[in-house]
Order: sequence, then structure tokens, then C-alpha cells
Amino acid sequence: MFERLKTMLVKEFTQIMRDPKMRFVIFGVPVVQIFIFGYAVNTDVKHIRTAVYDQDNSVSSRELTAQLAQSGYFEIVRHAEGEEEIRRLIDHGEIKAAVQIHHGFEATIRGMRTATVQVIIDGTDANTARIVLSYAAKIAGRFSTQILMDHQARGSGTTGGVEPVSLASRAWFNENLESRNFYVPGVMAQMVLIVTMMLSSMSVVREKEIGTMEQIIVTPIRRWEFIVGKTVPFAVIGYINVAMVTVLAVFWFAIPLRGNLLLLFFATGLYLLSTLGFGLLISTVSRTQQQAMMSSFMFTFPAMLLSGFAFPIANMPLAIQYTTYLNPLRYYLFIIRGVFLKGVGAGILWPELLGLFILGAIIFPFAVQRFRKTAA
Amino acid sequence: MKYQRIAAVAKKEFLHVIRDPRSLLMGLALPMLLLFMFGYALTLDVDRVPLMVWDQSNTPASREFLSLFTGSRYFSLAGSTDTYREIERSIDERRATLAIVIPADFARSIDAGKTAQVQAIVDGSDSNTATITLGYAEFIVSGYGEKILLENLARSSGTTVTPPFTVEPRVWFNADMLSRNAIVPGLIAVIMMVIAALLTSLTVAREWETGTMEQLIATPLTGPELLTGKLVPYFCIGIFDLVLSLLAGRFIFQVPFRGDRPLLLAISILYLVVALSLGLLISIVGKSQFASSQFAMIATLLPAFLLSGFVFPIENMPFVLRIITHAIPARYFVTILRGLYLKGVGLSVLWGEALFLMVFGGAVFAIAIRKFSKKIV
Repeated sequence: MFERLKTMLVKEFTQIMRDPKMRFVIFGVPVVQIFIFGYAVNTDVKHIRTAVYDQDNSVSSRELTAQLAQSGYFEIVRHAEGEEEIRRLIDHGEIKAAVQIHHGFEATIRGMRTATVQVIIDGTDANTARIVLSYAAKIAGRFSTQILMDHQARGSGTTGGVEPVSLASRAWFNENLESRNFYVPGVMAQMVLIVTMMLSSMSVVREKEIGTMEQIIVTPIRRWEFIVGKTVPFAVIGYINVAMVTVLAVFWFAIPLRGNLLLLFFATGLYLLSTLGFGLLISTVSRTQQQAMMSSFMFTFPAMLLSGFAFPIANMPLAIQYTTYLNPLRYYLFIIRGVFLKGVGAGILWPELLGLFILGAIIFPFAVQRFRKTAA
Repeated sequence: MKYQRIAAVAKKEFLHVIRDPRSLLMGLALPMLLLFMFGYALTLDVDRVPLMVWDQSNTPASREFLSLFTGSRYFSLAGSTDTYREIERSIDERRATLAIVIPADFARSIDAGKTAQVQAIVDGSDSNTATITLGYAEFIVSGYGEKILLENLARSSGTTVTPPFTVEPRVWFNADMLSRNAIVPGLIAVIMMVIAALLTSLTVAREWETGTMEQLIATPLTGPELLTGKLVPYFCIGIFDLVLSLLAGRFIFQVPFRGDRPLLLAISILYLVVALSLGLLISIVGKSQFASSQFAMIATLLPAFLLSGFVFPIENMPFVLRIITHAIPARYFVTILRGLYLKGVGLSVLWGEALFLMVFGGAVFAIAIRKFSKKIV
């Protein structure tokens, strides 16, 4: 019995490793993805290209401009001379924001009245626009409070004043709020999904397509040995991918790894139950490799988008949030981020582990049931 | 090139496509799925952030301060506690994204004219949400601080005081800052690239793999005729998806369209041809269906999604990647789409992008024809 299994495994590994394109997909694509996600995917908003249209040209207005520039968020690339110029710059995408200080700014402040400062933001990228607005409001708010404190100091005769409330904020798990810490470990979940689901289903279907399935049927090999022979190599490759991503993440990108790697590997095993199960399921409903690929794709694409990988689940409508409970990626991503960034253990992560287990325990046996060693 | 020959190939390809329900399904259902997901489910907008509070002061002042948070649409109170342990656990378990701790001497500090330090602890693992959440929190805090200062000033000077200045935000093109107004136009670029490139990438490779290519070579068909005929049904699917996306954008998501409609159609068709040619080239160069499909995904889907500015801004990318994005047709189309939809600009601003698409498309198609001829001979 083990002889047959061993032969099957050796055959599978040889077939996989022999094909240079397979090798590229297995080893090259994860690396490419990690680098793209590590460098390209960046929602941190810094160096916002800004123009300043200062109609007042007073000490106060220049002070406000200086505070904007020194904040590190805004990069003042132009001092505009008119609204026309601002419009042109934004239309062409050369600036993302503009600050317009009206004539009489300082005079109004001195006169204890309220002046308005206009902040014009290019709203085409809504997410960036929102962040830019909050930065502008924060800096302006700080400056405004400063002026008020000066007034108060002058009024009460003491020097200086204090702001009544200050917010001391700390970001846990990701002190500098770098988006790559969020995305790069998540790449692991994607890679494993693609490799184990898509490739395993295509591998089974290829046997059907080129006719070698019939040859296998006439051998004494049992159904379960065939299944194990087809799934185990891809499980191993999945683990190799996890190791690769971990090494690159920690040593190249300096992403913290605060939790227990063994827990991650255990969770990966549970995750593989689901993905390999789906792969097997897809192979039972596909007659050609192309169909297998399409079906896998139709599943992986929405699964990846709705997993909380890039778009938070909390932002989704409630009904859709419930559907994500059926998505193994959701649990796996939570565990990955928990292990890398939060450093938590099974005590906190047990619901996700349980979720993975339940999904896998339903899908894998179901797929095996459906699997018939037929050529059709 | 003879028209009848092209028509004959086109008819054959149509039959192939219709007989393959899965590809057809993908060509039609996937765009609808993407539109639905990006229009409704996938957004980076942050609302109702779960908030955990620890009020060590428990005075009217601190309660008033807290009500500014709980009453805001940006926060939703997840619970209150009196231990750090519970705060840690709630953040670990994702029950809360932000925790606010108000010190015991909150009210006393303010009355004495000193600064009360409020602690904010945010779950940093999702940096985007964290940044936005902190922004909201700072906004509320500075607003409260200003109010206190104004009250103090009013008391000491005996008159009412107004804040020195306020910020008047003007958000152009997308006043409500809805993610969907930014994403839905860009999504059109992604959908068309995915469909056109992914589906087309398999056509030529399939003929080689099943052996029917040699039969085609034996016919009097020339290379260009065969390739053009092959593209016809996929072109039709692409047009269908394009119209579907445009209609969905207009009627379902109500994304404003401020530009020139004929221009939109013309450039979209141009882009479709570019995407189809790319898929064709990949199909010719890849020796098997498997290789072609994988390569198509890396060369078209991934860049269209990640490097086109569709979701992740190109300005945030490092220099090298920004240079690379110049070689990606989806980048130009996303810029054009956003320009047409939201900014309402025309060719005078977008001519550079349109020119690139034309040149790129022509070059790719020419290379595809050359590579194909070489293989036949």
C-alpha cells in the first residue's frame, strides 16, 4: 500500500518539477507578488503635492503655510497666483490639494473675528482625499488653537497658554502605521490559495484531458491513494510558499514576527484542507484544464477580494459580512496577521482555527465523495 | 486580407465560444460580480469605528467629552471598561479598533488651565483604517479644545469670542468623497483588461495544444486574417461588458459623468483593442494553455489591479515602480476614465494618454502578427 502511494507521490513531484513553467509559478510568482505588494501597495498618504494661493501675504498666513510644509504631510510645490492656475494644476493632476488664504486673513484674526481658509482637494481618489482633509483640519486646528492661546495669554497677562486637551496616541502592532506590514503577510494566503487550489485541480484534470487517467485506473491504485498522491505534493508546495513569504517578509521587509510560527504552520494545515478540498471539487466538475482554471479563478478572485486582504470586512454591508464566514481566507488572514503583527496565540485565535477546521472538515470529505475515478 | 476568410474564422470562433459555457459565463458574469463587489462591498471608507472607553474621571466634563465620540457617526461605542487588560483583549479580538482612556484628573486639569492628556490606543494592523480613525479622533479632540479656549476667553473678556479661523473644505469632483465614484470608473479598465486578455490568451494556445493549428495552417488563410477573425467574438464580449459597466455606473451607482460621451466610447474601444492584442500576443508566445493563462494573469490582471492607480495611488509607490507603471496600458485608461467621469476634461488634457494607448496597441498587434507568421513558417 505504501509502495503505491510512494510511487504516486514521486510521479507527481517529478511531473511538477520537470515543467519549467510550473516551477516559475510555484517559486517565481510568490516572489513577484511579495515585491509588488511590499512596494506598490501603499495607502500611506505622505508628500501630498499642494499649491498655496496666499492672497494675504502676512506674517500669520506665512506662518500657516510654514506649519503645513513642516508637518511632513504636505509638499508645497507651487505658490499659485490665481484660481485659474489652481484649476489647471488639479485638472492635469499636478497637485492634489490647494490652500487658499484670502486677503485680510491676519486683519480678521487680529480683529477677533473668524477668517476662512479654503482647502481645495482633488476628490477623485476618495480615500486619499479623506486623509488629506483630516491632516489639513488637524494642522489648521492646531494653529487656530495656538492663536487662541496667545490671545488668552495676552488677556490674562501670563506668557503662553496650554491647549486644554491633547491626544497622546499610540498605534499598536504597527507603530509607524506602515501599510506594508498589513499587506505583505497577507500575500501568503493568496499564494497558497492559488497554488493549492488552481494547480491541484488543473493537475487532476490534465490526466483526464490527455488520457493518462485511464491508464491510472487500470492500475491497482486505490481511490484514496490517488487523491492523497494528488493533494500532498501541492500541500508541500503550499508550505514551501509560506516559508518563502515568511523569510522574505521578515528579512527583507523587516516586518515584525511576534507570534508563534508553529501556530502559523498548524493553521496553514487547516487552511490547506479547505483549499485542496475546493481544488478537488473543481476537478470533479471540469473536463478540460481551461475549465478548471476558469472555475478556480471564478472562486479565487471574489474570495480574495472579500477576505479582508485589502478591503476591511468591517466596511462591508452586513449581509456580505455574513457571507465571509464561509471564506477560509478570512480566517487564515486573521491568523496570519495575529501571528505576525499582534503576537497572539491560540488563546485568542481559537475561533478562527475552529472556523478553518469546520470548513475543511465539510469541504474535503465532500469533495472526496464526489470524486470518482472515471474518465468522464 | 479577404473579408470572407476573416468572417469564416470569426464564425468558427463564435461557435467555439458559445460551446464553452464556462468561458462565456466568466466573460459575462465576472464583470457583473466585480461591479457589484466594488460598488457595494469593497471600500476603504471608514465609518462606525468600534470604540472602547475607560473614563477614569467620571465627571460631567469627561462625559461631555466622551459624548462627542459616541455621538459622532464615525464611532460606535463597543463598550466601557476599567482595566487595561480588557482594553488589550478587546483590541486583540478585534472587538474595538480604538480605545480612549480619560485620565482621572481630566476635569481638574482643564479647570486649572493645564493640559489634560487623553490616551488613544489604535489597532495599527490595518494602517489605512488606523490613520483615518486617528484623524477623526484628533479632529474631535481639537474641536473640543478650541471650544474650551473660547469659553475661557469669553469668560475673561466678558464678550463672546469666535474661533480665529475655520477651514472650509472644498472637495472637487467628488464632493461626498465616495469611494465608489473613484473606483467604479477605474473598475471599467480592470474588467476589460481581465476579460479581453484572459479569454483571448487561451485561443491560439488551445489550437496548438489540440493540434488543430496545423490544419488551419494548411488552409489559404494568412496570419493576419486568422488573428483578426479570432478576435471578433472576444471583441463582441468586450463591448457587451463595456456597455454593461457604463450602464451600471450611470444607473446603479450613479457615478457622475461630466465628460464627452462619444470620446468615452471611442477611447474605450481603443483600449479594448489594446487588451485583446495583448491577450493574443500572450497566447501566441505561450506554448501551452496553462502557461498562457498564468502569464496572462501576471502580465494583465495583476498590473491592472495593483499598478494602474485603480485602488492604490501611484504617487505612493517608490520611484522604480512608478516608472514601471508607465508601461501598463491600464494606468493610462484609469487616468482617462477618471478624467472623463469626475473631472470632465477632454482630449486637450488627456491626449498624451490616448496617444500612448494607440501606439501601444498598434505595436502589440504588429508584434503578434510577426511572431505568429514566424511560427507558421
